[in-house]
Amino acid sequence: MSAKAKNLSELPPNGYRQLPDARGHFGIFGGSFVSETLMGPVEELRQAYESARQDPAFQREIARELGHFVGRPTPLYPADRLSEWAGGARIWLKREDLCHTGAHKVNNTVGQAILARRMGKPRVIAETGAGQHGVASATVAARLGLECVVYMGAEDMRRQEANVFRMRLLGAKVVPVESGSRTLKDALNEAMRDWVANVDDTFYIIGTVAGPHPYPMMVRDFQSVIGEEAREQMQADAGVLPDAVVACVGGGSNAIGIFHPFLDDDQVALHGVEAAGDGVETGRHAAPLSAGRPGVLHGNRTYLMTDEDGLIIHTHSISAGLDYPGVGPEHAWLKDVGRAEYGHVTDREALDAFHRLSRTEGIMPALESAHAVAHAIKLARRLGKGKHVLVNLSGRGDKDMHTVAAEEGVSL
Amino acid sequence: MSRIEARFKTLSAANRAALIPYIMTGDPSPDETVAVMHGLVAGGADMIELGMPFSDPVADGSIIQAAGERALAAGQRLKHSLAAVRAFRETDQDTPVIFMGYLNPVEIMGTEAFVQSAAEAGVDGLLLVDSPPEESAELAPAVREAGMDMIFLVAPTTSEVRRRRIAELGSGFVYYVSLKGVTGAGGLDVDAVAESLAGLRQHTQLPLGVGFGIRDADSAAAVGRVADAVIVGSALVEHLHAAAGQGEEPARAARQFIEPLREALDGARSGGNAKDVALS
Repeated sequence: MSAKAKNLSELPPNGYRQLPDARGHFGIFGGSFVSETLMGPVEELRQAYESARQDPAFQREIARELGHFVGRPTPLYPADRLSEWAGGARIWLKREDLCHTGAHKVNNTVGQAILARRMGKPRVIAETGAGQHGVASATVAARLGLECVVYMGAEDMRRQEANVFRMRLLGAKVVPVESGSRTLKDALNEAMRDWVANVDDTFYIIGTVAGPHPYPMMVRDFQSVIGEEAREQMQADAGVLPDAVVACVGGGSNAIGIFHPFLDDDQVALHGVEAAGDGVETGRHAAPLSAGRPGVLHGNRTYLMTDEDGLIIHTHSISAGLDYPGVGPEHAWLKDVGRAEYGHVTDREALDAFHRLSRTEGIMPALESAHAVAHAIKLARRLGKGKHVLVNLSGRGDKDMHTVAAEEGVSL
Repeated sequence: MSRIEARFKTLSAANRAALIPYIMTGDPSPDETVAVMHGLVAGGADMIELGMPFSDPVADGSIIQAAGERALAAGQRLKHSLAAVRAFRETDQDTPVIFMGYLNPVEIMGTEAFVQSAAEAGVDGLLLVDSPPEESAELAPAVREAGMDMIFLVAPTTSEVRRRRIAELGSGFVYYVSLKGVTGAGGLDVDAVAESLAGLRQHTQLPLGVGFGIRDADSAAAVGRVADAVIVGSALVEHLHAAAGQGEEPARAARQFIEPLREALDGARSGGNAKDVALS
């Protein structure tokens, strides 16, 4: 309680949307914890982004790409058969699954790739777990004629063969990472090493709201289009703001994207959903906000899955996109000040929601997004009729066919 | 005066550059770390950098990364690294020991608890690669208050303004990263390093150490002509690993690796090539 009260007293007077501070801190979280070689490039990026975000031409170009290339605005969809089945509040889906490449990730890669070109960097690099951010990066790099290298854990490459092939078809080079657990965090480590060695001509496109300042702020800004659209659409279609907004949280980019425009709407409850894997009590999960503690990894201070010796713990989730030991620093701050609540959903519950949404609405969610749907069903029941729950349906489930089939003993 | 400062004073008076080997604590084996440290001193090391293994060493290249993974697999943790220094101090009270690693294990132990244990164990300096001066406002003073030095890196990409700030906030010595890249990378440009060091000397009285890219006697000698300290890491870590694989005694392998570097380093200074360097 005292820690919470202390952080509350640090609340900016103008509401929740004023952070980070000039050095990228959200309360005690965020910052720039990178090796000295990267401090210069990170500062160069901060200045370039600061000038770009105030430049109408930059904003116009992003808006044009989001409209014509990504396919925005994405629809707001009332999931009435699902709502009826759940028997409670009305559930609305923000259809990020309908974005080009099948997930919200491209909102961010469009912004960063345009910035890379503006900074005169001909080469972009990215890390990827399931391959969604890698595909989104490769896609935009192809669109803008940039060289693209994607780092991917060798284990993830084996699990996501189709996405590896997709990236290669788009002209990207996919580099397998054999160190550590050979998954997302190791791919991130390797991408940072590449950046250190090639800072002069290379732009690092981080896929989530983590990393050193300005990444958590910049990625949030690019993803906030989700919440801005949804906030207007809810008022237009439902006539009210939602009572609750629900999104899954791995690194947390789709969640912060839909949360941020609602932060100062006190009547709107915000619910982040972490991956509980086999269950938080088993230790086999990926829920740092629920069961981790503050530490420093990948350039920022945030909640982490770390052991008593300060080593990062291996995570587990059926959803590769949530299988990450850290979380964006703004979420860590929102948790501590109490503005957002963070719950968790197991693999099993997410799979059930995957099936339920597929059969009631004809919409097959990504396993990441299925975590949000599972939580929204519980919440809708708790809130009851006459209330509105907005869910960020962050991606489509096509990429998860093999995972779901394997889980159910079906061979494709 | 800290042990690091004292050692640099003695070396400077003798017109010698410091030789600072880096080893990964716990590799090739946790049982051998203390013996390897003594072997390095016997071979001519002036100070020792001890790597603290971490699960996600983003600033390290493949050699040190692999050494860290081996050390972790063998059970090496921060508390054992502290214990190794304590054991080393039983017979060596003079050779400065510097801890190099990442911030998270320190934060999880608790900054206060760590600083106290490190000082008590006989650690002299701390270098956390992912904690730049901007994020070390609380840690750096605590480290110094405990009688240790907080060492910061300067890279080719570090701006003038930040070089000045780092020179002010750091103590012990300034660690100049000789190239853009991770540890163990190639492509050392001694002329460029010399130019950077000359610039740095305008901002600081602290000794200047150079690391990254120094692999053998020749590169050590070249850098030793222009720097106050030469740090050799990946090449030594690789040597110790290979030697252990062939059943050699690690302490002996350490000593044999260091001796030619020591000789080359001292030869470089006495050979009259030090004239173009202001060794203040």
